[in-house]
Amino acid sequence: MTRYASVLDLIGSTPIVDVSALSPKPNVTILAKLEGRNPAGSVKDRIALSLVDAAERDGLLIPGKPDQVLMEPSSGNTGIALAMVCRLRGYHLKVVLPSNVSPERRQLLLAWGAEIIDSPGSEGSNGAVARAKQLSDEHPEWIFLYQYANPANPDAHYRTTGPEILADVPEITHFVAGLGTSGTLMGVGRFLKEKNPDIQIWAVEPPSGEMVDGLRNLDDGYIPPIFTDNHGAELLDRKVVVRPRESVEWTRRFTEVGLFVGLSSGAILAGAVKCANTVPDDETATIVTIVCDDGWKYLSTGAWSDDIDDVVERAKKIIYF
Amino acid sequence: MTALVRIPTVLRPAMGGDTAVAVEGDTVGEILDHLTTSHPDVKSQLLNADGTLHRFLNVYVNDDDVRYIGGVDAPVSNGDEITLLPAVAGGTL
Repeated sequence: MTRYASVLDLIGSTPIVDVSALSPKPNVTILAKLEGRNPAGSVKDRIALSLVDAAERDGLLIPGKPDQVLMEPSSGNTGIALAMVCRLRGYHLKVVLPSNVSPERRQLLLAWGAEIIDSPGSEGSNGAVARAKQLSDEHPEWIFLYQYANPANPDAHYRTTGPEILADVPEITHFVAGLGTSGTLMGVGRFLKEKNPDIQIWAVEPPSGEMVDGLRNLDDGYIPPIFTDNHGAELLDRKVVVRPRESVEWTRRFTEVGLFVGLSSGAILAGAVKCANTVPDDETATIVTIVCDDGWKYLSTGAWSDDIDDVVERAKKIIYF
Repeated sequence: MTALVRIPTVLRPAMGGDTAVAVEGDTVGEILDHLTTSHPDVKSQLLNADGTLHRFLNVYVNDDDVRYIGGVDAPVSNGDEITLLPAVAGGTL
């Protein structure tokens, strides 16, 4: 086995596994890139390291200087990944977290020494972003990396995730990923399109609007600046919505191929299956999807063991993505 | 063609509290025209002055975001479900 000097050196170079047993069509191969293998447990390890490295390069953060504070809105995984990186680099992290995320996420943040600032659960991620912006204005001394607008987020995927996928799967025809900050889709999508413009980039979006009570009107909506900066509307070929029931069903079906994954990965697989169904019978296709994280953080949701109707109802109220 | 349009929470007060309404039309544009004719209060929330979709509004025909399948010209079939969703910071399920 390879010997590593730091846990941070374990980020990236994740394995890809064939999950075509779940493909609805024999002519369509589906491959899953297992981002849960990253040391803090999710795809967000890549951007957390990239954001902190960029801030150090730009002089926003000074390694070794005491009492430096970072603040970031996150529904979980970015905060957890940043907490691990900050612990190793000696920075204090404050995470603005919607109050209705799964309890495991809260505990992981605390485990790595992050401080949690609650934002109203009913306002979802929009509320956390809005609160973080307000806190940033009030505390200009806090470093606000702002994953939704920071080019170091898609850049991590342009430099690492995209090249890894193309090296392992040169025959890729479609890339399917979730649309959160849009960092994965913008970074990987831009890289793949530059190498082969015929590769189709599909975004999967959960129907999150229903639970965001904090929206007073549509003008309170939010499009991540990195989506606009990277010309996301032109880069994407298709965007499909996946409903909570499909997400839970496909999260469960992942276990048929031996994978225990988080609910967003079930949503993305549901999107990959929709994508596979558009491939004509006389053509072949190779779809690469992202498994964002493993299932451990979601055990308290009962997603694998409870009645699916109950799980779906709870999924509408708790942030999993 | 008749489609069922699902109304998001944020638009329900301006639409009499309805969660879904049946609307006639052969394209997304026609459906939205008919919807805003019968509910004029929501027109500025759905469409820009030039008839394009509001920046923070996502419209889906069944599962597909219409921006990637023809925009307001996207065809609608009988029985299709049209979902209006506000754009939000990524991250909920």
